[in-house]
Amino acid sequence: MYDVLIVGCGIVGAATAYQLSRYNLSVCVCERYNDVANGCTKANTAILHAGFDCPIGSMEARLNLRGIQLAKEICEKLDVERIEMPTFIIAYDNEHDLNYIQELYKRGVANGVEGLRIVDREEALSLEPGLNPDIKAALYAPGSGIINPWEYCIAMAETAVRNGVEVKLDSEVTAIEKKEDHFVVTTKSGIYESRYVINAGGGWSAQVYEMVGGHELHQTNFAGQYFVLDKNQGNKVHSVIFPCPDEHGFKGICVTPTVHGNLLVGPDCYEVSDGDHVGTDPLTLENLKTEAYKSVPDIDFREIIHEYAGVRPNTQIPDFVIEESPECPHFINLAGIKSPGLSSAPAIAEEAEKLLRKCGLELEMKEKFIDTRKRIQFRYLDDDAKKKLIAENPLYGRIICRCETVTEGEIVEAIHRPIIPRTVDAIKRRCNAGMGRCQGGFCGPRVHEILARELGVDEKDILMDEQGTFIITSAIKEGHNEECI
Amino acid sequence: MKNVYDVIVVGGGPAGLAAACSAKEAGAKDVLVLERDKEAGGILNQCIHNGFGLHYFKEELTGPEYAARFVNKAEELGVEILLDTMVLAVEGHRVTACNTEDGLIVVEARSVVLAMGCRERTRGAVAIPGDRPSGVFTAGTAQRYINIEGYMVGKRVVILGSGDIGLIMARRMTLEGAKVLACVELMPFCNGLNRNIVQCLNDYDIPLYLSHTVTNVEGLHRVEKVTVAEVGADRKPIPGTEIVFDCDTLLLSVGLIPENELTRKADIPLDTATKGAIVYENMETREPGVFSCGNVVHVHDLVDFVTAESQRAGKAAAEYAAGKRIPKDGRVIELKRGDHVTYTVPQAIRVENAEAGVDISFRVNAVMTDQEICVKDGDTVIAHYKREHMAPGEMEHIKLPAAILKKVKKQVLEVAVVSAEGGVEK
Repeated sequence: MYDVLIVGCGIVGAATAYQLSRYNLSVCVCERYNDVANGCTKANTAILHAGFDCPIGSMEARLNLRGIQLAKEICEKLDVERIEMPTFIIAYDNEHDLNYIQELYKRGVANGVEGLRIVDREEALSLEPGLNPDIKAALYAPGSGIINPWEYCIAMAETAVRNGVEVKLDSEVTAIEKKEDHFVVTTKSGIYESRYVINAGGGWSAQVYEMVGGHELHQTNFAGQYFVLDKNQGNKVHSVIFPCPDEHGFKGICVTPTVHGNLLVGPDCYEVSDGDHVGTDPLTLENLKTEAYKSVPDIDFREIIHEYAGVRPNTQIPDFVIEESPECPHFINLAGIKSPGLSSAPAIAEEAEKLLRKCGLELEMKEKFIDTRKRIQFRYLDDDAKKKLIAENPLYGRIICRCETVTEGEIVEAIHRPIIPRTVDAIKRRCNAGMGRCQGGFCGPRVHEILARELGVDEKDILMDEQGTFIITSAIKEGHNEECI
Repeated sequence: MKNVYDVIVVGGGPAGLAAACSAKEAGAKDVLVLERDKEAGGILNQCIHNGFGLHYFKEELTGPEYAARFVNKAEELGVEILLDTMVLAVEGHRVTACNTEDGLIVVEARSVVLAMGCRERTRGAVAIPGDRPSGVFTAGTAQRYINIEGYMVGKRVVILGSGDIGLIMARRMTLEGAKVLACVELMPFCNGLNRNIVQCLNDYDIPLYLSHTVTNVEGLHRVEKVTVAEVGADRKPIPGTEIVFDCDTLLLSVGLIPENELTRKADIPLDTATKGAIVYENMETREPGVFSCGNVVHVHDLVDFVTAESQRAGKAAAEYAAGKRIPKDGRVIELKRGDHVTYTVPQAIRVENAEAGVDISFRVNAVMTDQEICVKDGDTVIAHYKREHMAPGEMEHIKLPAAILKKVKKQVLEVAVVSAEGGVEK
């Protein structure tokens, strides 16, 4: 019997697990995929929003501001890439835009966002020379930043595990039964009992809620597509740039650097049936280019290295849904966590803790809570540190991913961490191998080989990503040999 | 290992090995090759098919055989080859690298040869739409899985792009029991060598769809379907022409890009057309004493020409190491690309260093028959070369004799295809 079972190990599930791991509790996280951070946590705009555009008085507004404060400390402690940089909402010389940034300014001030200013064209361009010189003014928000979203999730999930939380992968929840004083949760990896259940099901939150008879949430997921450009485009701007929203209220195509030094362009917004279908299409991507040029004219789209689509887990309710279910006591929804969900995640986790306390769970601090984490990233070390590292462990002298300068040492270390990465993409998320301009063309087969060796499994069983994404179909000459024998 | 070498070669593929051997033969005492893979020879090691060496050795070799000739020669000549070693930076003539045995290596060279080769364009770079299942490989990655690791990567295959590696892999996968359903090319002409179209597609009845592209990839986990459509003159898909293939694999052979990250970090100017360093007649970059050769300068179709070009670079690097300097104030003629010519290598010629004439390589932008290549000094044609057939997939070579170079009046020479007698397929 667990005290708390969390459904889903995306950013919200991981932050909640991390938050609860400081208490003497038995906590389990059930994740449908074979790795954490594998839903919308891995495919979003990777921004820590300043918090000015959330509706006044909303839960989003409050948790966004609290979340980005907490992120500072967590990223420092758990070694997650995070860079502070301002946001610009650019306005052209028309009534709609100029009114909009005024309104946004007022909303931001009401939300308690500090440092907001309306800047004129000259100041905007001096602060961010990459902006389109045709703008008239901009809303300048200094309190925002960018983050490595999957690393943020992995870091919190790993730390939770080191503090005793169980993370069960390949454990899609298929049924939840409410007993008198506990829940019976059926998953693809087994049946578990827990006194409390937290629904952090992302794009499937409404479905998870339905399992306990909750019908009032309707999942209305919105997908968006993105371009990633090579690092030679990463310094075209040094801030997060949005246009003014269109008449439908859609935020518009963002242009932002990533913490890895690439440039990210996207997303657009369209409704999708579920959280799984995340394809790209040429018309949408063409539109992204056109829109991005309006904000930052100097982007060289010949330097695209990757496209992806992500899903915003949305419900019909305009705010986050963070509450104990009115129908099903001890079942807590953390649902509808669309943007600014990544920014708010650790604050949402605090809310989950408050709700647990409110519905009767007693929390007692652990005597020993591990709250630090350190990764080795060869590419960021100076020459002396590199020398020392290779002398200690020669595997750090072998570069596996040449585009991102990732060593075998880093990959082996990642494989032996608390949540074991078993796929080529899981290594990509932890070490950046395959994230660069050749997109794993060179390092893919080598990472594949290292995974098989370190995990002691056959190379044929190594997957690219989630279940079913096999890479190898057979050994060569396999059929032929059988015929000969 | 020494602290200072006459010549350091970055990359131990065919370009690096040829440059190192020639440097040694031209008198360089200490020559060091830094190779990132566990074996020297580069991508040739996974090219187990034949067809290599017809020009250079006048016999037909496989990739590994061709590589072995140069590996053996390098050993005989006393070239030092450091394997499993990645170069992290080239700053001036100082090279920083690392490996598991020597740790972090910092070595100086009197001259440096950059021979890092090229990489394949990816799905991301060409923005192929659709889902993100497994089963989408660049042709070279699939070739590595099959020929080096010994694993098949698919059973029913569509190939996008008609580059040589794609054509070779069409045959290779067929021989391993896979069904190759189609080879799809966006352009109205094949990008590979004619002999590969014949030997790898036609001989196995693999259909080649020219002026077609992939418009969708479907599959939640592994590739399940690939949609192909015809494209119009604007290269955009024509609605209603879609063909859907049930397949588990999509191979990409959509171009190669010189790997110039080290060159870029070293602030050496690159040519936007070749995506390689801008080089002079002896393959010297704009950084004195730093040379570049092979696919890192411009992508070749035949290794034989990589060898020839790299031998020039190696010899010049040895001469530079021995103290030879080309006067800075000497005459420089820039080469300009004219009609139908997409680039030239070299991009500039120092006349005083062109005593033996200059070899110029370039590509054309269309399939053409019975044409004439002209080299123009202003409005005057100073040299012309007849060609029965030219195609973008086949690199062209001309030799400009020293005697003609010396008579050039302008600062810029234009290389162009100008005669109107033959046909140009647009």
